[in-house]
Amino acid sequence: MSVEARERRQPWILLSPALTAITLLLFIPLVFIAVYSFWLRTATGADQVGFFLDNWQEALTDRFYRDILLYTLKIAAITTILCAVMGYPAAYFIARSKGNKAILLLLLMLPFWISYIIRTMSWINILGVSGALNTFLLWIGIIDEPLQMLYNQATVVLGLIHFLLPFMVLNVFVSLDGIDETLEDAANSLGATRWQAFLQVTLPLSLPGLAAGGLLCFVLGAGTYITPLVLGGPSDAMFANLVFEAIITQLNWPLGSALSLMLLVVLGLLVMVYNRYLGMAQLMKGLG
Amino acid sequence: MAARDSSLGWHLIRGYAMAVYLFMFLPIIVVVLLSFNASQFGSFPMTGFSFRWFGELWNNEAILRAFRTSLVLGLLTALISTTLGVLASLALVRYKVPGANTISTILIAPILVPEVVLAVALLLFLNFLGVPKSFGLLLFGHVIFTLPFVILVVQARLVAIRRDIEEAALSLGASPVQTFFQVTLPLMLPAVMAGALFAFTISFDDITGTLFWKPGGVETVPTQIFAMLRNSISPEINALGTVMIVMTVGLPLVGAAIARQMSKKSGL
Repeated sequence: MSVEARERRQPWILLSPALTAITLLLFIPLVFIAVYSFWLRTATGADQVGFFLDNWQEALTDRFYRDILLYTLKIAAITTILCAVMGYPAAYFIARSKGNKAILLLLLMLPFWISYIIRTMSWINILGVSGALNTFLLWIGIIDEPLQMLYNQATVVLGLIHFLLPFMVLNVFVSLDGIDETLEDAANSLGATRWQAFLQVTLPLSLPGLAAGGLLCFVLGAGTYITPLVLGGPSDAMFANLVFEAIITQLNWPLGSALSLMLLVVLGLLVMVYNRYLGMAQLMKGLG
Repeated sequence: MAARDSSLGWHLIRGYAMAVYLFMFLPIIVVVLLSFNASQFGSFPMTGFSFRWFGELWNNEAILRAFRTSLVLGLLTALISTTLGVLASLALVRYKVPGANTISTILIAPILVPEVVLAVALLLFLNFLGVPKSFGLLLFGHVIFTLPFVILVVQARLVAIRRDIEEAALSLGASPVQTFFQVTLPLMLPAVMAGALFAFTISFDDITGTLFWKPGGVETVPTQIFAMLRNSISPEINALGTVMIVMTVGLPLVGAAIARQMSKKSGL
């Protein structure tokens, strides 16, 4: 074999284990559940192989699923907006700080390393009936008996923000850090106020980072079922909870497949729109 | 610029950022604080300082078992995922591969697909092939889910390694294999370590996919905590949380320190 031919083959040899793993453990399984979603769960518990539209009919026409899908998107949207509102100024502070940026960023990334389940349950210590906040309010005498603050929609959003905020901060920071600070100074010297300079120069230049952070927050938020289970009440189930119910509790795998694919298509469309206009490169910058 | 440091706007931003930091850290600090609480219940008020709950952890057979499971799973995941990830990263960084962009997107696909969907697809497909819910299924799941993170981290660091050192070795008569093991690999070690650490931490932390893949009776640390939460929050959970915090925060910091030390030693 010629040297060039070997040069050409080598990268594929190196890539093949990873590509094989992803094909066998992700792409083929996704095709498989697309097929599975047309099978039918029978009363005996065995799944009947065939081409039945029942699961899709149920998933697409039952108001119950549609309502929870819309509710899930709403929760994800609220979470994303709040993450942006909280994360942008924090990222701006880090990027423009005269202090040690690396330490400031590391500090805010630290909770990102701490177990998701621990961070989620930690809010019970704060907001629970005998948690920090109730104890404090009782102590200063504002209330006479503990308030019931947990297990509602607001605490689910709170838990999601706590989980997702580092993704937003990191992405916004990466794009703010890449903006030449003298641009703002130039705008100032040309007569713009600091606020105008920010709105018309810095903010537009940092939008790609904001969009990347927003996409991550939205997609991760919309796909979660643990946070509603730990911090939500019985009526705060999100779409992924329905998937979990169908697959693990009811063992209705054909229906669970259809529901999974619905979630994949909705969130996948979002990723594709993002990719069409902004490309994946920005997202990878924030993740690496 | 001096004007910026003293302006009102900057003070406001700094105050706001501090509040965000507090929001991120307060719940975590409370977990650590309560794990030393002498009281029977996992809540305020603090009645005294005690290591009692850490002792209880040590005697809790279920928790120890979960720890062992998570540890073995995390180590195997890191080993496999890092091997696959380093090879793929080498191909992307070192060679001109046609369609490199498409390949990159394919390689990070497991994090573009919602984890719940990945969990369902893998569970159903492998079950169809005769692999039931088992440790093996957990391992497959964790490998595929951590692989993109490893590739992103390793790739970012590989780019920084200068190629001319290897070329020097080759031109001085070393074989490609010798060059790889004696020059490339030592230079890559910090990148490899970073990737492995990342894979281990993510695997150790995972609950979303794990709850789908784990067989009945097998628990990892996160699913064990989740199961314990069903009753109520106990001081034991807070103590376990503190141990997890020390592990997941401490390990990467130690890893980063080692990596820095090694790259200093190699003089590059």
